[in-house]
Amino acid sequence: MIPGQSGFAPVANSRPLPLGEIRILPWEDFHANLLQAVSRGGRVAALFGMSPHGENQLFLVLADDTDNKLWLARTRLEGPSFPSLTPSCPQVHLFEREIAEQRGWAPQGHPWLKPVRFSFAFRSGPAAPEAAPTIGVTDFYRVEGDEIHEVAVGPVHAGVIEPGHFRFQCHGEEVLHLEISLGYQHRGVERALIGGPDKRSIHYMETLAGDSTAAHSTAYCQVMEALGRCKEPARSQVIRGIALELERIANHVGDLGALSGDVAFLPTASFCGRLRGDFLNMTALLCGNRFGRGLARPGGVRFDLSTELAEELLQRLDSVESDLASAVNLLWDTPSVMARFEGAGPLLKEDAAELGIVGPAARASGLLRDTRHDQPWGIYRFVHIPVSTGGPGDVFARAHVRWLEVQRSMAFVREQLRTLPGGPHRAECGSLAPESVCVSLVEGWRGEVCHVAVTDSEGHFLAYKVVDPSFHNWTGLALALRNQQISDFPLCNKSFNLSYCGHDL
Amino acid sequence: MLKILLTRLRQGHRTLRFPDGPAPEMPDRFRGRPEIHAAKCPERCSECAEACPTGAIEIGAKARIDLGKCLFCSDCADACPEGAISYSRDYRLAVRARSDLIVEEGVAVRLEGELDRELKRLFGRSLKLRQVSAGGCNACESDVNVLNTVAWDIGRFGIQFVASPRHADGLLITGPVTRNMHLGLMKTYAAVPPPKIVIAVGGCAISGGPYIDHGETCGGAESVLPVDLYIPGCPPHPLTILDGLLRLLGRIKNGERPDAAP
Repeated sequence: MIPGQSGFAPVANSRPLPLGEIRILPWEDFHANLLQAVSRGGRVAALFGMSPHGENQLFLVLADDTDNKLWLARTRLEGPSFPSLTPSCPQVHLFEREIAEQRGWAPQGHPWLKPVRFSFAFRSGPAAPEAAPTIGVTDFYRVEGDEIHEVAVGPVHAGVIEPGHFRFQCHGEEVLHLEISLGYQHRGVERALIGGPDKRSIHYMETLAGDSTAAHSTAYCQVMEALGRCKEPARSQVIRGIALELERIANHVGDLGALSGDVAFLPTASFCGRLRGDFLNMTALLCGNRFGRGLARPGGVRFDLSTELAEELLQRLDSVESDLASAVNLLWDTPSVMARFEGAGPLLKEDAAELGIVGPAARASGLLRDTRHDQPWGIYRFVHIPVSTGGPGDVFARAHVRWLEVQRSMAFVREQLRTLPGGPHRAECGSLAPESVCVSLVEGWRGEVCHVAVTDSEGHFLAYKVVDPSFHNWTGLALALRNQQISDFPLCNKSFNLSYCGHDL
Repeated sequence: MLKILLTRLRQGHRTLRFPDGPAPEMPDRFRGRPEIHAAKCPERCSECAEACPTGAIEIGAKARIDLGKCLFCSDCADACPEGAISYSRDYRLAVRARSDLIVEEGVAVRLEGELDRELKRLFGRSLKLRQVSAGGCNACESDVNVLNTVAWDIGRFGIQFVASPRHADGLLITGPVTRNMHLGLMKTYAAVPPPKIVIAVGGCAISGGPYIDHGETCGGAESVLPVDLYIPGCPPHPLTILDGLLRLLGRIKNGERPDAAP
């Protein structure tokens, strides 16, 4: 996909690379090569700013999913601004806004340059939050006209849910445009990681997005192992895989129940609400915490999985399986559910590709995109889970893809529990290699979790970029709402179920 | 329709018997109330305090753990050369006073007390709560939400999460209270008619948790509002939250222990 002479440096998922091997390209080459790669199916996994030795640089991670490769590139910014890439490459739109907000480097010509999190965290040290703009105050896009009305929802909205602000431009019931403005959950994680790792780093990872603890902590551990020259034992790779799939199952099951509740079909809503807990409790058997906290640690996992525990987990899987299948299959057999699911909130394949949508949302739009398959790591290099794709990108497709994934993840967990490799579950992890880079991708239940660590000459984090799948996908939700009924918003929202704190960091 | 009814029959009755019956068993690796065995502490050792990611451990005459800051990660227990700290499976952690969150050897556990008579008369059989996430990572939120499922069925105690603060008797707050949510939280609190209570769920809401000293957060709900009930954990187990709410309403009496062995 990407010509070798482009000046981009190839690297595999979770492998270390000396920073010096990533050439600093002139802007023209950086720009042209990026556009060419994206036009051939390349995907921007991360784009962020950093300042090694006081020099302002843009750092790009480009995923080549057909070739299981990542391509890294850098360019130097000479002034306080750079020409925006967004008009010709929409999938960088939020990355550029983030760079503008964090660093103050303005992408000239960006069509939608607004705050991302209402924070100036990187501009002038820890005191910068004081100077941040007022949350929620921005020039919201407006549709004008006598019959147009605006609906503003949030940050505090009905239900036990995280805060965010949604602005709908409506003509009657029809949504012409939805703008999603976040930042309420901003806790300053990326700023605090600079200079690390330290004793708190792993806990930031475990609380980045609480329902994706296994995904983010695994991604972090892989960074630490790659840069710390540690070979992660096979046994811990499998245990991490089991935890990741249990996390996926629990969240998908919970969301299938919630989707059912959103169309007022209460049987599946109640059954799945309980069944989700059964999967969380399996994770708690592994590590004592229902969200997988305390399990993944640099070098492996903190808790071993004994034969008796594996046996107990297998029994529990058996006991919930038929309950789960009968509860979920009611959805597809009930016309009143299908009438609401089908056709609601469509996200076209072309739009999903152009926006760089990831995870089940991308697969439901027909994109064959799954980090476990495209950029495999750990156990997924040896055991392949079929990629579940769906049809037209509507609520039904997103629900159905999740159900396929639940079944395939359960089969995976079973297989792994029966064939646990021997050996230790944790190895020693050394100090981090100086002046190095590692990109770690993990397929969380919402999609690709991307962590990029760059170390300084002392082996401390010079930059630590976290890209939660929600960062890519919130715009997908906004697009899916176009020309839909506003009353379908909760349903569409739940079909994506994106993370607020994962976006806000 | 027939299929729905058959499925319903097969799923059976799944609501916990707690608190009238036994509490569900906690998994072996569950980390509940920590215990300190100070006699094992070597002279001038502070390994546990140094390992703690949130500064929850203070070493004075004796080691003390502040459950309001504790993430229940057990990094301290791992760091201790003598095994002086262990985490029990006791899920009962909620208290009414911030100072009761300090665990110290030889100091009796003081579980929370009931609301005063007037508040108990008002809320004892009907407590409507507005949940506000102010930087919560969605783990506390999820395990609060779980109480609405058929397995926990919190509605049977008259406790309900409502959409409008105007309908609420109090707030249940999660998250370290980010600066960006400060105004939203204060406005929601102001919209709750008095008398009202505030419940802080999770280490973040009590002290800021891992975000304790971040300029982007206010360091927990207590720094901005009066808190009536503290439920520690990262996140607290649903049973810990339910136990706390029921003790607050006098549905479980102090000292009472619905399950035999913690």
